[in-house]
Order: sequence, then C-alpha cells, then structure tokens
Amino acid sequence: MTETTNSYDMPDERGHFGPYGGLFIAETLIPAVEELDEAYQKYMTDPEFMAELDKDFQHYVGRPSPLYHAERWTRELGGAQIYLKREDLNHTGAHKINNTIGQILLAKRMGKKRIIAETGAGQHGVATATVCARLGLECVVYMGAVDVVRQKLNVYRMQLLGAKVVAVESGSKTLKDALNEAIRDWVTNVDTTFYIIGTAAGPAPYPAMVRDFQSIIGREAKQQCLAQAGKLPDALLACIGGGSNAIGLFYPFIDDADVRMIGVEAAGDGIETGRHSAPLCAGRPGILHGNRTYLMEGDDGEIIETHSISAGLDYPGVGPEHAWLKDIGRAEYVSITDDEAVEGFHALTKMEGIIPALESSHAMAYTLKLAPTMKQDEILIVNLSGRGDKDMHTMAEREGIKI
Amino acid sequence: MSRLASTFAEFKQSGHKALIPFITAGDPSREFTVPMMHAMVEAGADIIELGVPFSDPMADGPVIQRASERALAHKMSLRHTLEVVSEFRSSNQNTPVVLMGYANPIEAMGYENFAQAAENAGVDGVLTVDLPPEEASECATLLKAHNIDQIFLLAPNSNIDRIKKMDALGSGFLYYVSVKGVTGAGHLDTGDVKRKLTDIRANTQLPVGIGFGIKDAETAKVIANLGDAVVVGSALISKIEENLDSPEQAKQEITELLKSMRLAMDSQG
Ligand SMILES: Cc1ncc(COP(=O)(O)O)c(C=O)c1O
Repeated sequence: MTETTNSYDMPDERGHFGPYGGLFIAETLIPAVEELDEAYQKYMTDPEFMAELDKDFQHYVGRPSPLYHAERWTRELGGAQIYLKREDLNHTGAHKINNTIGQILLAKRMGKKRIIAETGAGQHGVATATVCARLGLECVVYMGAVDVVRQKLNVYRMQLLGAKVVAVESGSKTLKDALNEAIRDWVTNVDTTFYIIGTAAGPAPYPAMVRDFQSIIGREAKQQCLAQAGKLPDALLACIGGGSNAIGLFYPFIDDADVRMIGVEAAGDGIETGRHSAPLCAGRPGILHGNRTYLMEGDDGEIIETHSISAGLDYPGVGPEHAWLKDIGRAEYVSITDDEAVEGFHALTKMEGIIPALESSHAMAYTLKLAPTMKQDEILIVNLSGRGDKDMHTMAEREGIKI
Repeated sequence: MSRLASTFAEFKQSGHKALIPFITAGDPSREFTVPMMHAMVEAGADIIELGVPFSDPMADGPVIQRASERALAHKMSLRHTLEVVSEFRSSNQNTPVVLMGYANPIEAMGYENFAQAAENAGVDGVLTVDLPPEEASECATLLKAHNIDQIFLLAPNSNIDRIKKMDALGSGFLYYVSVKGVTGAGHLDTGDVKRKLTDIRANTQLPVGIGFGIKDAETAKVIANLGDAVVVGSALISKIEENLDSPEQAKQEITELLKSMRLAMDSQG
C-alpha cells in the first residue's frame, strides 16, 4: 500500500519513529501485538486482501471521495485555490471508516470474534459498530461519560448497530480514559479480542497500520489534484486529534518536499489558559497508551486534563509519527481555539453549503487564516474529515438554541 | 549484591517464602504510608511494594485505580514517593522496597535523575508496568549502575523466548502475573500457575514472585508452595477504601490480613 516513499521509510522494524512510537505496553499484550504485527505484515502485501479492501472502499465506503474545488470560498478569501477532500461523504460520515474497514478485515483473517474500540466524538465508535454489524461480530465501545453526553446522537447510532457502549467514569471521563478502559478490557480478554484503535497512535504496529489504511486519502487527493489542476498542491491542511486523518492525507506527499504539511491542534480556551488539547504546540515528549510522543503532562509526569469543544480532538497525546515530523521540520503544527473553530464551522456552512464536524472545523478555521496569505495560483488542500450532523446539539446549545 | 538478591538468597537457604504487600504511596494520605510500611513489616512482610500514583493506570483494576486517584488528589507524585522511602529507610535498613508504577513519571524525571534519586532514597527494585524488555534496556542499565534491580512482569501468555529475555535483562526477581487481566481481577487457577512455573523455572535462576488475584490466607499458602514470593495488593487496598473515615482501623485490618497470610504460608502441609 505504500508508494512514493523513496527516502522516507519510518517506522523502523520495531515501530520507532526516531525516539517516538515503540512498544510501551504490559507484558500480557505483547503476544497480541506480535500476532497483529505478523498479520499486518503479511496481508498488506497480499493481493487478495488488498483487492478485498479496495472493493469495500469502493462499494461500501463510497470511495474515492471527491476533491472539491470550493470556488466561492476561494473567491471570498482571495488567496489560494481551496480544495476540500470530502471525507465527510464517506459512509458513516467521517474518515474513521477507512481504518475500521481495514482493521476488521485483518480481525476476520485472524479469526477474532470480539471487537473492542474507544471513541471520543463517537465517529470511530460508529465506524467500528458499522463494520461489526456487517460481519456479525460482537462489538464493545468504550466512551468517556462526558463524551456520552455531548455526543449522544452517536451513542444511539452505535446502539442501533448492535454495539454495547460502556460509559467510562474514571479520570477525566473523556477519550484518554476510554482508551485506558479499552486497554484493560484487551488485557483481560486478549485471546479472543481484537482492539480496533481509532487513530494513528498506540503501540506498534498501530500507528503505521492506521496510517497505511488512512493513506488512501492522500493517494486519491494526489491523483485528483494532478488530474484537476495539473500539478501538486502547495499546502495540505488537516485537524489533529490523534492524527489519523492528517497522516492519511500527508503520508503520500512526504517525499514531495515542496508540499507544505500543516496540522491543526485544538487550542480550546487558548493555549495560554492551559485548557487545550495541543500537545505538539505546547506539550513535551512522554509515554502514554503504548507509545512515546508529545503529551500534555504536569511536572511530575501525570497526564493533565485537556479541553476542546470537539470531543474527537480532546486527547492529551498525538500519534508518534507527527511527533517525528515536527522534530525533523517536515510538518508544521498550529492551533485553533474553540471560538475560532466555531467561526470556521459557520464559514464553510454559509459559503459552500457544507456543514463540517467540529473537529474538521479547526482545519476550516485555519483555512480562513492561511488561504489569504497564499497566491491565487497556489493550491491548498484541506481535509474535511467529517460532517457536522453529530455536532448539532453542541452548536445549538452554544448558541442558546433549543432543538 | 543488591538488598533484594541477598534477601532472596537468605530465604532460599532457610526455605522461607517472601510475603510482599502492595500499597499505593500516599493513599489515603501521605502521613499514612510510612507507619503502615513499618506495621506491615511487623506483621510479617519481607519486602514492600510501593505503588507510584499515576493519572492513567492502564493495568490496574478499580481498587488500585481509586487508590491512585486518592493519592493524586493531594498531589502525591514520584518525588514524594521517594521521600516516603527515605523516611522509611531512616529506621529500617533491611526490608527491600520495590516501586511499582508506569513509565511516564520516570520519563518526566529523566532516567539518570531517577536512578540517582531512587538510590539515595534507598529503593531496591523498580517495576514499570508499561516498560517491557523491548524498551527497557536504557532504564535497566542505569538502574543497575545505581545498584537497583529492574523487575519484569511475566504473563500467562509469555513464551519461553520472553522468559529468557527477562532473565537476561532483569534482576532481583521476576514477577509472574497469575491471571490475564488487571490488578484485583477474578480468579486465579492454581493449576495453571503450577504449569507455568515449570516453564519459568526451566529458564531462569531468578526468584519468582507471584501476584494478581491473591486475596486470602488460603490462596497465599498454595501460591507460596509454587513460587518464592507472594504479592498481595488489591485485598489490602480494599481495607483502606472501606475505612476512609478511620485510617487506624484500615491499618489494623491490613496487619491482621497479613498476619493470617504469614501464618498460613509458614504452616506445614
Ligand atoms: C470528523 C473527525 N475528524 C477528526 C478526528 C480526530 O481524529 P484524528 O486526528 O485521528 O483524525 C475525529 C475523531 O473523532 C473526527 O471524528
């Protein structure tokens, strides 16, 4: 599934991206990740597996997703030509299904009958429950109790699909605690259970494996951009929770040195307030959830509570490959506050008739800043990672409207 | 020889099985921990395992999770845990102390700084749940240079290769996690433990401690016949949790449980 990786060849054989990534997990899980790594290595080069994946991408997910030239928004901002990669049009409404479709095919080949997942916004939970329903597999989704409230529409969707949603009451009751609880389940049921991690983080081989499944985004975008505009883009923009939609877009362009790659973290109430979810912009390296990466932590190494209006970005860590791309200067990382994200949400909705997810709205908000600074013959591809239906409640409440 | 190695060497001679209680440092209060450690030694503990509170204890069940939360609520940290060990050492130079926790607090302090500070405090062993041999060589080397043992966890599904890896990199003792699951989990099957111990013994000379799921004197006795040490944690911490309004009562119930375990482990037949 890899291509155009002429010089960049991360991770190493033990899952390290420079000092980041790795295998920081309890001993009981080692056999499970070794088994997974073996299957991943085997099937990613297996033509039959890849053909099945391609078929599902096309007929079940609805790929390729369009690369849409947002002409009105482009005119309004007066700078770069803005193209939106429409991951919001995928089945279930976000990029998350690219990964769950891939992992469930692996689970099937490995003979695993029970699937677990963690979820923040509920998009990954829905994408997991969806593929489990399709294959008739048992599905348990862990979700922080705070997120269960703010994303209740998705909780109901998961339940309709036959998944059991477990509200996690420990710690900060958000995505990181859902991950902790999923890991505890995995340790306990390691023989029967496949853990579908929802972002490009966790112990090796997850960061590279999730990247490989998500890099369909960037491979399509590259072809589509060449076909529509006759050249490569000048810049790529994507929001960063754990970093899967961003790495999926970036990865096929890594060796194209002239293409800028910009990841947008959630600044919450503002970086200066400490109430944010921007480890790459304001954190430091540490170890959590199986990998070394940038984290939001206190002086004594305790993980601190994060904040973002979007549940999907409300996470104190980030995928290890982004940590590496930051350190080597290949990608840039910026942040957008809650208020700015809401502005981005309205901007895209009004200008193009597309309601973005609050996560994706962070990338939209940065588009408002970046596009006008670019030339009119330059191309900016923005990843529209998901649609905003799930956020109607949060937005209405914020604006004092009862629905 | 490290304090752990000489302790186990002595026990091997005499046929004594080690009793290792686990409590979380600073739970329910910082003042509670050092007197509790001394009381546990008096009740028959041979080695003390001290949990370092962490915000995201992924390998722990609800009981130890809540212990961590109670300790963190009053800002207990790795630094403070080392201070607790120092204080304990000022009146006990014999009983080995092992820290058990997660990698990030150590990473935040820096491995070299940590190794130095832990040696100064009188720590004898360090067990880091999320630092398997794959990632542990830097830490193990630094600890060894400071005369501290790196203790590895073995699981029911660890194969022979892994036992050998831990034998090579670890020292002090190996800790066999007797169930697949988090701390305080379900039922341990002594038949399974017995079979696994045969594999482990065939591949290491290191003493083997067994823990996870040991709740009463009876189980402690059975397990003592299989391994070199018995680790008990959640069952003790439950006593703290049941007596949050009376730490003295908690202390008394913990020492009573330990005494009953000691008695059962030492009785013949
Ligand atoms: C629409 C959408 N975009 C982005 C994210 C953030 O995840 P990642 O950074 O892995 O793409 C989420 C997570 O739930 C999401 O639902």
